[in-house]
Amino acid sequence: MILDWLQNMGKSSLNFFRKIGQFSLFLFHLLSGLNYLFFRPRLLIKEIYSVGVLSLLIIIFSGLFVGMVLSLLGYVTLVDFGAEGSLGVLVSLSLVRELGPVLTALLFSGRAGSALTAEIGLMKATEQLASMEMMAVDPMKRIIAPRFIAGIFSLPILTAIFILVGIYSSFLVGSLWLGVDEGSFWSQMQSKVEFQHDLVNGFIKSFVFGIVVTGIAVFQGYTATPTSAGVSEATTRSVVHSALAILGLDFILTSIMFGL
Amino acid sequence: MRLSKKTEIMVGIFVLLGAISVILLALNVSNLSNFSAEKTYQIKAYFDNIGGLRTRAKVSMSGVKIGRVSHITYHPERGQAEVTLTLNPKFKLSTDTQASIYTAGLLGEQYISLEPGAEDDVLTTGNIITLTQSAMVLEEIIGKVMVNLTSK
Repeated sequence: MILDWLQNMGKSSLNFFRKIGQFSLFLFHLLSGLNYLFFRPRLLIKEIYSVGVLSLLIIIFSGLFVGMVLSLLGYVTLVDFGAEGSLGVLVSLSLVRELGPVLTALLFSGRAGSALTAEIGLMKATEQLASMEMMAVDPMKRIIAPRFIAGIFSLPILTAIFILVGIYSSFLVGSLWLGVDEGSFWSQMQSKVEFQHDLVNGFIKSFVFGIVVTGIAVFQGYTATPTSAGVSEATTRSVVHSALAILGLDFILTSIMFGL
Repeated sequence: MRLSKKTEIMVGIFVLLGAISVILLALNVSNLSNFSAEKTYQIKAYFDNIGGLRTRAKVSMSGVKIGRVSHITYHPERGQAEVTLTLNPKFKLSTDTQASIYTAGLLGEQYISLEPGAEDDVLTTGNIITLTQSAMVLEEIIGKVMVNLTSK
């Protein structure tokens, strides 16, 4: 009884370490094949189109609504203290520091990460990856690397667009609907939001999330069990693991960047 | 590999949108347009008590923002708090400038207010403001009032 329990525990911890080792080897293999992309930049452009450009619509709409909701929510609280001029500060700081990078990464893992996992997993299930190896084409260089780099490149761009759309939509709701003074909205925002401390740190976050989300997505696809059930399981795991990794990493990064 | 022209154009637009967003965020939302890229100079001021002053607090002259508090530490030999002010070189301060710590509003954040002096010499990097006035701490004032009341 106790032996069984111990055996189970040992098995699961060994499994855990094997997964970590597998992931590190995968990442190492991936990074060592990156120079291939310098000779084939078109592979990258195609992937940026499917990963980045096609995610644009959901990012713009989410930014729009998140900004408007933040504006309404902040106004109700701030107006009690006569501080509704600080609405711009509230909205811009929360978007630039937290909501922009985190929400964009979560949406991105749902929109693009799951698609990457399913695509690569199906390629494996239908033995396209194996046949590439037969033709002496390394699928790591040809298939995985362009998708990985495209994800890392696209996520910060999407984050910037998300934050910008969010701030402008909250400005529209704030000034046109709620009657917040236009001048104090922008001037207080500009005096409180710092380029290096807030914007640059926000983009560092988004860059880290890009590595994590696309790394998990392509890894889950590449190691998926090559059956239809295996691919669906890998897609689910890709989204769940990315979401947990984003939120956990966000706490660590925030405490390093903005904690006292 | 052939890519359709539309794909390439869309990727170009995407990258351009990203660049425009970053530039707009930097110029419109953050304070980059103020003076973070310009040269600055640092002077020091020693206070008996800085209250709740934090780094990156505002430094103002007649209410106009001219810089920020960049560093706060305790100076053991003087037994005082050492506050480093990073200022915009557009504004020259005379050597007998007075620095005080005030509170914005009743419950607002604390900032440093500078009052101009009459001397012709100006402060440069590394110089020290000698005339300082500490932060007003509510407990001290209450303590003084209590002493006055009980001594009667």
